[in-house]
Amino acid sequence: MPAKVVCDGEYVTAYLSGEIDHHNAGAVRAIIDTYIMKAKPKKLTIDFGSVSFMDSSGVGLVMGRFKNISDYGGKMEITGLSPHAYKVMTMSGIEKIAVIHRKREEKKNEKAD
Amino acid sequence: MKKPINEFKIQFQSKSANEGFARTTVSAFVSQLDPTVEEINDIKTAVSEAVTNCIVHAYPDTVGKIYITVFLYDDGNVKIKVRDTGKGIEDVKKAREPLYTTGGEDRSGLGFSVMESFTDKMYVRSLPGKGTTVTLIKSIEGKPRDNR
Repeated sequence: MPAKVVCDGEYVTAYLSGEIDHHNAGAVRAIIDTYIMKAKPKKLTIDFGSVSFMDSSGVGLVMGRFKNISDYGGKMEITGLSPHAYKVMTMSGIEKIAVIHRKREEKKNEKAD
Repeated sequence: MKKPINEFKIQFQSKSANEGFARTTVSAFVSQLDPTVEEINDIKTAVSEAVTNCIVHAYPDTVGKIYITVFLYDDGNVKIKVRDTGKGIEDVKKAREPLYTTGGEDRSGLGFSVMESFTDKMYVRSLPGKGTTVTLIKSIEGKPRDNR
């Protein structure tokens, strides 16, 4: 399962896992968009805490969802980015329009995988 | 550049299921230079972008072949060539601009920017109707190593 979604009233959180690339992003997008349409969340949180790899498809995924929720005034938050995913994500300048958080405790000596 | 100390070549179909295969295979080969986790992630990401471009842009409606050649050098440099024989890029300069995309709304337009910033050098050669070759060069500082 590429994304597990928890819906709490007006707050929707999507927990992504595994590798987010062009191949996998489509399925994740479909799942999240279903919830956006159904719940019209006030805030959508996309959590990357269990994502082991991400390329610019992850950025496209976030930008596309941001567009969908801002159409009706929803807010977005991105959490759990690894240092690497953070580096990719911020190339888009998305941090200027959405709240983004890195992984809370990234142990420096630990391997990324 | 000097003669490579090692080299490998793969060829595969432009199917999105191969994106993971390509980046993992290239990074496994580059591991011989004892890269750091960050360097490996940079290479994986750059290769993933190059291969995705071939799948999305070079062969938009067909399945074609993608060729990757990797050269390792004894000064720690790695050269990665990703080649397709697809439709080519009309305006390479434009394509390299950040956030520019012809790939529809869920493409970020960051592919070339990521490749460029996660490696030391990127060359793009393209001929419309003939195909594109992206060459990526990165110096692997690696972990501290003993004499080889």
